[in-house]
Amino acid sequence: MTRPLLKVAAIETLSPLVKRFRFEDPEGAPLPVFSGGAHVTVEMADGDVLRRNSYSLISDPNDGSGYEIAVRREDRGRGGSRYLHEAVAEGDLLAVSPPANLFALDLRARRHVLIAGGIGITPFLSQLRQLDRAGQPWELHYAVRSRAEAAGLALLPESAHVHLHVSEEGSRMDIGAILDGQPLGTHVYACGPEGLIAAVADQAARLGWPAAAVHSEAFAAPPPGEAFEVVLAASGRSVAVGPRQSLLEALEAAGAEIDSSCRGGACGRCETAVTACEGRILHHDHWLSEAERAAQTRIMPCMSRFKGARLELDL
Amino acid sequence: MTLQFNDETFRGDYTYSNSSAAVRRFPFPFDRDSYMYSVNIEPHPGGPEGSPFEHAFDVDEHYVAEMRDRAITLAGDPLRCQSLPHMELAGWDLLELIMVSKARDYPALFSLARDGDRWHWTNRPLGIEQRFTFLDASTLPCGPMEYITRQAQGDFALLDAREGNLWMDAGMITSQADWSLDFDVGMNFFEWHAPVPKARGMGVFDKALKFLNAVTQEQSYRRLNWTMTVNPRLDTSPENYHKWGPEKRTVTPDNVGTKQFLRVELQSFWRLPRSNALAFPIRCYLASLADLCTQPKWGRRLHRVLRDLDPDLAEYKGFALNRAMIVDYLARHDDGAPTSPGIFPDR
Repeated sequence: MTRPLLKVAAIETLSPLVKRFRFEDPEGAPLPVFSGGAHVTVEMADGDVLRRNSYSLISDPNDGSGYEIAVRREDRGRGGSRYLHEAVAEGDLLAVSPPANLFALDLRARRHVLIAGGIGITPFLSQLRQLDRAGQPWELHYAVRSRAEAAGLALLPESAHVHLHVSEEGSRMDIGAILDGQPLGTHVYACGPEGLIAAVADQAARLGWPAAAVHSEAFAAPPPGEAFEVVLAASGRSVAVGPRQSLLEALEAAGAEIDSSCRGGACGRCETAVTACEGRILHHDHWLSEAERAAQTRIMPCMSRFKGARLELDL
Repeated sequence: MTLQFNDETFRGDYTYSNSSAAVRRFPFPFDRDSYMYSVNIEPHPGGPEGSPFEHAFDVDEHYVAEMRDRAITLAGDPLRCQSLPHMELAGWDLLELIMVSKARDYPALFSLARDGDRWHWTNRPLGIEQRFTFLDASTLPCGPMEYITRQAQGDFALLDAREGNLWMDAGMITSQADWSLDFDVGMNFFEWHAPVPKARGMGVFDKALKFLNAVTQEQSYRRLNWTMTVNPRLDTSPENYHKWGPEKRTVTPDNVGTKQFLRVELQSFWRLPRSNALAFPIRCYLASLADLCTQPKWGRRLHRVLRDLDPDLAEYKGFALNRAMIVDYLARHDDGAPTSPGIFPDR
């Protein structure tokens, strides 16, 4: 699908590693509004590589005048965030998908507890605006290593409901204490490193929270790894996947027709059948079930990699 | 095109009728001479000019009479319109979608002026003029979903998206093919589809749910569904089965052509921006067998489809009782000639 080109209207440095980008329609037309927690996919023509990364929207969901994202520079990543930090300037045009949401608020909740680790603060920035507009009670806990790295601080409202936990200063976040004693009908949302998400899920289960009241979004970016090859069953063609390239990116670069949205292993759009597998699929997604992973007959090319002699896909 | 609105009824004396233009644009659901379930989904809106697929929300000659019929049904049974408390935002999403679409697609009939959150809506066919504050329900005479769906043909379900499933948490349902919102409200996708025969085992619902969860704001979709109804009645609800069920027994070989209707649902799927809910409009079109047989292709095809249909489906769609009579009638309109592909009538 052809994506609309949006203009980079502003770039601002929030911390040594994080920059904020604002996109607007080049003609000033309003953009579709969205729901808190939604993301967009940004396309970057980096030389002859077309990069696509998904980022949570951090601006007001009810404001169609522009979209804002916060991008943490990942020097050991595949190169998309580095490209945005180094090569993109104000006035440039980039293809940006319309918003989609895999981390929506549960509007049945009587109270919302938001728990962020590091750059995992981003989806909460739009959710807070939605909650405030709806007059729904919330509290936010934001865990960071140091104040200097707490890029989200500048974007958070001045509020008694915002709690900062700086591990360098000894104020580590106590998830059990946050969840204990919350009133019935409270929902908790976690976004950040895998360990944080697992800890929130564990504590919630220990305290007897219903599973439906516990939400999370791992802001997973495709992990780099060893290079491997994949064979397309229809044509017998072999495609090389580089160490800093995702399988999905390699397939797209080779011209394979493949759908995608979140590019982080959560939405299920790029699910692909495996027609031959001699070796081990390194599943990094949150979509396939344990049984499906073990069977090695499905793969999520946005996140997962392969180690072995031969991987053939139904493409 | 100036639309003339019919003065007609969908109950009692059943004066409903289709003009010849309305017959030709009828959304005939069969693209071949046989029928089985399929995930027959295509992008919406989009279709030939003048077809019911052209615009997001089709407005036709039955508009005013359908809205009058909805008001009668609601007066008798307010539970046909329900919205669980967390669905108000989705109701505003739907109101915005319908108002913006109608004002754009039918500027002679509807207009919408927006100054920030201060909106001014004009509905000329129904003689409604309303100034209100968007997202402030106290400025409308009723909730946003009820307000706009009293002015839009077809039923509307609003599906909350949670836990990888869809939940029927709000709706305006007064022209349904024998299902009950009051019974289904709060159910998830698999629960409310449980009565459909055969389909679960075929994996249809797993595929359909996966598809629906992936619908984005960027692109909406539609599909056609169908059933059969005796008399042009919109309210074929379980609640009122005692009123319409016995009418199946009034069909005779002499009146089957004008009393038996093909009921087609134009269903569409829209991701709503503010709530992330899914809107599921179900627009009902009715045409008698006699009307359909004015298009030779449709007469031939409908005969073959209904003659060969799986008996379980005939039972589920509620016309097993009169099936032989219907097929006999249609056989007289089938000369055995081949039919052209696709749903549209031959020129």
